[in-house]
Amino acid sequence: MMTGTPRNSRRLAAATLVAVSALALTACGGSGFSEAGEGSGDQTEATDAPLTVLIGSSGTAETDAVTEAVSSWSGESGIDATVNVASDLPQQLSQGFASGNPADVFYVSADSFAGYAANGSLEPYAEDLPGKDDFYPALREAFTYEDTLYCAPKDFSTLALVINDELWAAAGLTEADIPTTWDELAETAATLTKGDTAGLAFSPEFQRVGAFAAAAGGGLVTDGEATANSPENVEALSYVQKLLNDGSASYSSDLGAGWGGEAFGKGQAAMVIEGNWIAGAMSADYPDVEYTVAELPEGPAGKGTLQFTNCWGIAADSDNVEGARQLVEQLTSVDSQLAFSKAFGVMPSVQSAADQWSEQYPDLAPFIAGGDYAQNVPAQPGAVDVIAELNAQLESLKTADPQQLLDGVQPDLEAVIADAQ
Amino acid sequence: MARSIPSPPGGGTARRRTTRGRQGLTGWLFISPVVVILGLFLVVPVLMAAWVSVSDWTGRGSPVGGSVSFVGGQNYTAILDGDGLASRDFGTSIRNNLYYVLLVVPLQTGLSMFLAVLVNRQVLRGRGFFRTAFYFPSVTSSVAITVLWLFLFSSTGVVNRVLSFISVSGPNWFQDPRGVIHVILAAVGIRTAPEALTAPGFLGVSGWEWLAGPSVAMSAFILMAIFTTSGTFMLLFIAALQNISGEVQEAAMVDGANGWQRFWQVTLPMLRPTLFTVLTLGLIGSWQVFDQIYTGTQGGPAKTTLTPAYLSFSTAFNNQRWGEGAAIAFILFAIIVTLTLLQRLALRERDVPRRRRMVPVTASSTGARTASSSALPVKEPKP
Repeated sequence: MMTGTPRNSRRLAAATLVAVSALALTACGGSGFSEAGEGSGDQTEATDAPLTVLIGSSGTAETDAVTEAVSSWSGESGIDATVNVASDLPQQLSQGFASGNPADVFYVSADSFAGYAANGSLEPYAEDLPGKDDFYPALREAFTYEDTLYCAPKDFSTLALVINDELWAAAGLTEADIPTTWDELAETAATLTKGDTAGLAFSPEFQRVGAFAAAAGGGLVTDGEATANSPENVEALSYVQKLLNDGSASYSSDLGAGWGGEAFGKGQAAMVIEGNWIAGAMSADYPDVEYTVAELPEGPAGKGTLQFTNCWGIAADSDNVEGARQLVEQLTSVDSQLAFSKAFGVMPSVQSAADQWSEQYPDLAPFIAGGDYAQNVPAQPGAVDVIAELNAQLESLKTADPQQLLDGVQPDLEAVIADAQ
Repeated sequence: MARSIPSPPGGGTARRRTTRGRQGLTGWLFISPVVVILGLFLVVPVLMAAWVSVSDWTGRGSPVGGSVSFVGGQNYTAILDGDGLASRDFGTSIRNNLYYVLLVVPLQTGLSMFLAVLVNRQVLRGRGFFRTAFYFPSVTSSVAITVLWLFLFSSTGVVNRVLSFISVSGPNWFQDPRGVIHVILAAVGIRTAPEALTAPGFLGVSGWEWLAGPSVAMSAFILMAIFTTSGTFMLLFIAALQNISGEVQEAAMVDGANGWQRFWQVTLPMLRPTLFTVLTLGLIGSWQVFDQIYTGTQGGPAKTTLTPAYLSFSTAFNNQRWGEGAAIAFILFAIIVTLTLLQRLALRERDVPRRRRMVPVTASSTGARTASSSALPVKEPKP
């Protein structure tokens, strides 16, 4: 049986070869998962390691503006920086954090912020920013996790009432008729409703309907407590329900539009509740539609609106945190933010730019006025799911009982708030 | 194989063993790329996902690193305990997908078999054209078809326009969260849930919601799935039909069976293996529906097009709950395996002796076959 030995050794060799190559390849694949927290956050000096910037862009205008701002900074600082546009930002960010090789600077939306801050993916750089106190307090609050301001608000948007001038005039209304209270809003919406045109439209989601809750003095979270089924919120939903059932208001989806702006541009709605991003969409898609922007009418508790914001996140795993911080400082400066406003219609996140902005865009001033009283949409980890559940319920608000609807969401929200504390 | 090769003259046992050893080595070498690729892209990721589903990994750095700890079945209980939002979402997604499967699988199987029988008929002119036409949706990317569908089924889209010709005002398809069964019940006057069905039931979803049926939005996806996949399965059925020899049909004709009887008594039983394949592939594919949802509705309206596959993705990537996302994927895997096994059990051939299965032509009839086939009135392809 001497021959057995070479055969066995060959087989052994072959098996080893397979195993080794398998291991080698697995190791290559595995190296994507580098160990977290390499301590790069401790560096204080900017290195010349190149930076990548990942943005979720609304279109070429935004991409070009950001690319230009980043490359001009790059020229000054000598640090290479490239801008990439994400097709699915949350997914690409998550993938980057998991692989330990994320983009250095990126957009973070308020609703995904808490999750990334909680798992340590974000570098809490913003506490030391020189201009930190210039950001609107509500925006700082949106990006504060465990009493630390993690990232600098990039810009923000608020909701306002957008009115179609032509339909307004056709209904015999004048500037004096712009509604300032809920009663007037109901009246005007009824006047403007004609045939296929709804007087008022908004998307079936808390991100729009919540503005009524804010004006009623409600909100999903009040002083750290879940208050989804508060009497104020019930009052707001009952009011919205009445508008919907009277036929003077419609959900944009019921009009066959993807969002309020589309319904407005197509003339399916005479008034919509939308954010300042509508200005960009109108000039790009419906340049012929003339419109007026007004602050949302006062509810029982005065003015109220919602705001939405993003921040410039820096990855804790970045090789060049200090360089990234300098880039963000540049991008959040008054000049850069005004340039971004000009390019794609956002509102600067710093208070010192507000006056200049209102001067440049007098027609859109109601949006920035909203910044003084706007509420944040709750963004505790898990709150996104609760709001998604609420939105699912809101689609059938017409036939639902507002109290019951909100009671259904309250326990879920309580669970999220309890987890966050 | 090695055994059947005659050993070369003069070769002894030793020589033969060496040859076999060399062949073994060669064999290993040849399969090593596949082993490596399967290991790298299948076994390792699956094992890692299994680990993530029982860990508290938060999505940063390696899931096998030091700071990640074992949490047992916690992620699975969060999904299955029927208490809380995560579980209700999972229940809703199972409800949606269940109706999707119940409608898509039988309809696409039936339709594809029907199409296969049609285009397999010798008398049909332009068979090639129809075959290509029916198969076409299958080769188009599902993303493109989804976008097409969004346009066709928009509130002012082609479908509703056509419906308006027959005085039906179509629903706003992809925005309509009403369950089809609820719509039917509403038509006979039942608009609210009976008291018994309002309490949270299995997986936290009330009985009334379980009975909602697919939403109008989901129905549009169901139509799309049937439209796109029946072409693929039609090909499988055509291949199987062409394997059934003409004289079996002929024998049935001699026995006096009409066309209808021949289909049910002869053709269909002989298609059983293919039927099993089609049903299994359909079942697996329709439990994994993801790309239509991702490009089309993201689970809306009102979560009625949420499917477990999409929920797994969004739980992990958008909400940073990686453990729960992985757990959903494994539960989905278990569902698919269980259902496939059940289906295998149900389609088992009971009455036919095992050895005679799939042998339509026995050795003794081969002689008759040559004789009779020349007499068949089938057009022979011209050389």
